[in-house]
Amino acid sequence: MEFTIPWASLFGGMLLGLSAALLMLFSGKVAGISGVIGGLLNPQKHESSWRAAFLTGMILSLLIVTPLGFALPDISDKNILLVSFAGLLVGFGTRLGNGCTSGHGIVGMGRFSKRSIYATSAFMVTAITVVLIRRLLGEL
Amino acid sequence: MNHSKAKIIRIITGWVSGALFGSGMIISGMVDPNKVIAFLDIFGDWDPSLAFVMGGALLVFTPIYHLIIKKRKKAVNGDLFTWTSNTSVDGTLISGAVIFGAGWGLAGFCPGPAMASIGGGSNIILAFTLSMIVGMVHANQYLAGRLPLPIVGYRKNICAITSEVAAGSTTTPSTSK
Repeated sequence: MEFTIPWASLFGGMLLGLSAALLMLFSGKVAGISGVIGGLLNPQKHESSWRAAFLTGMILSLLIVTPLGFALPDISDKNILLVSFAGLLVGFGTRLGNGCTSGHGIVGMGRFSKRSIYATSAFMVTAITVVLIRRLLGEL
Repeated sequence: MNHSKAKIIRIITGWVSGALFGSGMIISGMVDPNKVIAFLDIFGDWDPSLAFVMGGALLVFTPIYHLIIKKRKKAVNGDLFTWTSNTSVDGTLISGAVIFGAGWGLAGFCPGPAMASIGGGSNIILAFTLSMIVGMVHANQYLAGRLPLPIVGYRKNICAITSEVAAGSTTTPSTSK
């Protein structure tokens, strides 16, 4: 089996890094998506409009990449109950743990933050374990 | 820099960064839960391509942070940087990360890809996003000491929760119950 570098993943990842760097350099904010959403649920002065703007940009980004030939995958075969349960866990866990793949995984890791390195290791190991258990149970 | 100019930069930066972030999510393949699960399936038919997403992001972010951002006292628009001084690795951090990891491994979605996929018209994404918001409200209430959880009960040392490095500057109001 030969391995080829997944250029789209690398390039997309670089865009994420650029986005996080711009947001922090120009306005001092952390590009953590769970933090952006969570902050809107607990609004503080001067902390809502940039979050709303960021989410607007994210939602509209589909309009930018569609003409370039990128499309969203078909996920209609997913079990909606399982996905909803996972959503509850993701929402609760990211607020409790103060970050998700972007906040801890990119910004925190890039800053060499000890908390983020521990958190990223913890959610990676758990996610890998959950996938392994589901594989052993035979894809429920 | 005056107040309104700072605000305009804050909002424009928000739009631009959000558009870049969402584009990055879609282009990189993070929006595909099957790909995410294949990436996490290291004991099975492992697809390492998503490792390049975090790799690419760190490749760009890390040098900009350490060479430029870290040397500044304030952001370009005059705002303070919103990371925290909290460096303690505590049970709240780890249990939150473990719960998040369980949800991520179960369905293959995390918050960023879900936001970038909202425009696709999938009811699966909608269900995930709404459930995630409900989960966040529960966590915010728990962190503020207003909601008891099974086994652990009410949160006690509310003051320990402050504005945080990883998730942004979300502060939990440290008021009484």
